[in-house]
Amino acid sequence: MIRTPLRPLARILSARERGENPDVIERENIRQRREAARDAARGRAEWRLALLGIAFVAGFATVGARMAMLAATEPVEPQIASAGDAILAARADIVDRNGRVLATNLLTHSLYAQPPMMVDPARVATELVKIFPDLHADRLQADFTGPRKFLWIKKKISPEQMQAVHDIGDPGLLFGPREMRLYPNGQLAAHVLGGASFGREDVGSAELVGVAGVEKAFDGWLRDPANEGQPLRLSLDLTVQSAVEEVLASGIRLMQAKAGTAVLLNVHTGEIAALASLPDFDPNARPAPLTTGEPGDSPLFNRAVQGVYELGSTFKVFAAAQALELGLVTPQTMIATRGPLVWGKFRINDFHDYGPQLSVTDVIVESSNIGAARIAQMIGAEQQRDFLTRLGFAAATGVELAEAHGARPLLPPNWSELSTMTIAYGHGLSASPLHLAAAYATLANGGSRVTPTLLAGAQKPLGAQIVSPAVAATIMSMLRQVVTRGTASFGEVPGYEVGGKTGTADKPKPTGGYYDDKVIATFAAVFPAQTPEYVLVLTLDEPVENAGSETRRTAGWTAVPVGAEVIRRAAPLLGLRPSYQPVAATAAALNLARN
Amino acid sequence: MRNLIYLLTALSVMGLAFWAYHENYQTKAATSELARLQSQIASLREGLAVLNAEWAYLNRPDRLAELAMLNFARLELFPMTGAQFGEVMQVAFPAPEPAPAAALNPVDAIGHAEGRP
Repeated sequence: MIRTPLRPLARILSARERGENPDVIERENIRQRREAARDAARGRAEWRLALLGIAFVAGFATVGARMAMLAATEPVEPQIASAGDAILAARADIVDRNGRVLATNLLTHSLYAQPPMMVDPARVATELVKIFPDLHADRLQADFTGPRKFLWIKKKISPEQMQAVHDIGDPGLLFGPREMRLYPNGQLAAHVLGGASFGREDVGSAELVGVAGVEKAFDGWLRDPANEGQPLRLSLDLTVQSAVEEVLASGIRLMQAKAGTAVLLNVHTGEIAALASLPDFDPNARPAPLTTGEPGDSPLFNRAVQGVYELGSTFKVFAAAQALELGLVTPQTMIATRGPLVWGKFRINDFHDYGPQLSVTDVIVESSNIGAARIAQMIGAEQQRDFLTRLGFAAATGVELAEAHGARPLLPPNWSELSTMTIAYGHGLSASPLHLAAAYATLANGGSRVTPTLLAGAQKPLGAQIVSPAVAATIMSMLRQVVTRGTASFGEVPGYEVGGKTGTADKPKPTGGYYDDKVIATFAAVFPAQTPEYVLVLTLDEPVENAGSETRRTAGWTAVPVGAEVIRRAAPLLGLRPSYQPVAATAAALNLARN
Repeated sequence: MRNLIYLLTALSVMGLAFWAYHENYQTKAATSELARLQSQIASLREGLAVLNAEWAYLNRPDRLAELAMLNFARLELFPMTGAQFGEVMQVAFPAPEPAPAAALNPVDAIGHAEGRP
């Protein structure tokens, strides 16, 4: 590069000749040189900026292109990830406490039609009716030839029916896979399980939704894929449940009852080993709710949980327990039982005349209404209400069934002294058999509150102490005496020391007042009475026992024999050893037992 | 020297390309095998679910009770009662096995076996 000199001699000389200042030329040259240097620097900087810009554009373009690609591609299942149980996004099974299946899923197919693709609608309609007799040919043909582009024909079909539809061979008939809920044990534990039906449906799949019972109560849990197909383990024991339902069904038949319930509850954990309500239904084909008549008469109605009844003399135990707890009486305190007890315009009568007075124990053993009412008078309304509230009679039981939340006991709107007296013998307060079972379990559990549950192995916090263990033991001994020398003498089961209390409550008329010839007979039992393990509450609706010369309706003749048979069958299945010594320590005894 | 380096570089590029091609196809084969196995597992699971359901259905308590009733003559099964709980004491000791007399005297045993007195 040729550098221009700052003071070019030729121009300096000519400027000197003209008398000008030659320094001007030098300054001019310096200025030009600086300008050139500045231009070069700016050019370099501009180029750098452009390069940086290109780099940024390229970076952002890459990120943008990747985002667009991710957004535009079809999602695919990750194929490399291991195939865990999570693949089965199916509804979880329900099993009993020993892992025997109560509810599971079965893959079936649904049948749908796309009329525009159909070749011969008339023939398809007639052929379909041959396979499914409940369909109507003219209705189908109208659908197939009308403007509809899609219609469901059957929600669930069997493999045989699917083959028959295949054999029709029309391209307009299509199948979609369907998971179907199956209850392999049929009607067993129907009220606990409830049932399931299809929710949102699509051609590819349909969601299964629980409609009642534990299926509804645990719907979210059963559908949660995070559980990885882990089954829901209930506290029910399938064998015990089956034995209880069988005995209860024959008891209902024998006593000509309308219905019956049985609740078998572990007193330590509150786990329900069996919960039966008859008549029942098949959850595989859940019937439609009744549209006419009393909803309580529907087989769908779970009498053990939803049904609130006046449970009669079984409540006398609570009056006695509270009076003992408050120190108002001892088991030997004499209570006046001369009847009738007149209160205002009401008269309280006993079933028999028990003489002028009975001890507190005998009030329970002989089931004296007057005695119970007098004990309640000592306690007073406020304290009685407080005690029954703490026993759980003021709220729903909280058992894990969809129906349980609505089943609140019916309390008297005005808890007067008369209410106090009638509630002492189980009238004026309606509760479900499950409430009663939970309250008896509380007394059997040394007075510590028991909350019933349907989940096996659920850890529940220790319940509040309602009565002292000593009072609870006294009550257990009274209950034992009811069976050995009182109203529940048919309740004796050799080896199991049954203790219990009968209750016969007149049924209220819908129009007011009570029926004379319709009762609800209840047997609330605890076994073994010395060291209680289980509580059984069995109720029969409108039982009649007319094997003898007279017609009998009291619980001692109806509910108690059935309850005793339930205990005789269920106790060995629950693993309870009879307390008596074996007959003889010989092989003959074992043979005897087997035959 | 420079040519040798060019040649070696070209050869190594070709080698790596072949290796990458090979790996690519092996991966694809493994993935499709995995997909096949997974669908097989899924169908086996489906089958297992059906078998479990069938097992539960065949073992439902009312069917078992009915079968016990039908075969009562042979099995004589009753519902379980408390009387069936036994004491360990009740289980008889196994009868002492009869001591084989022959074993006491090996010579006799041989004598018997050979048919001599």
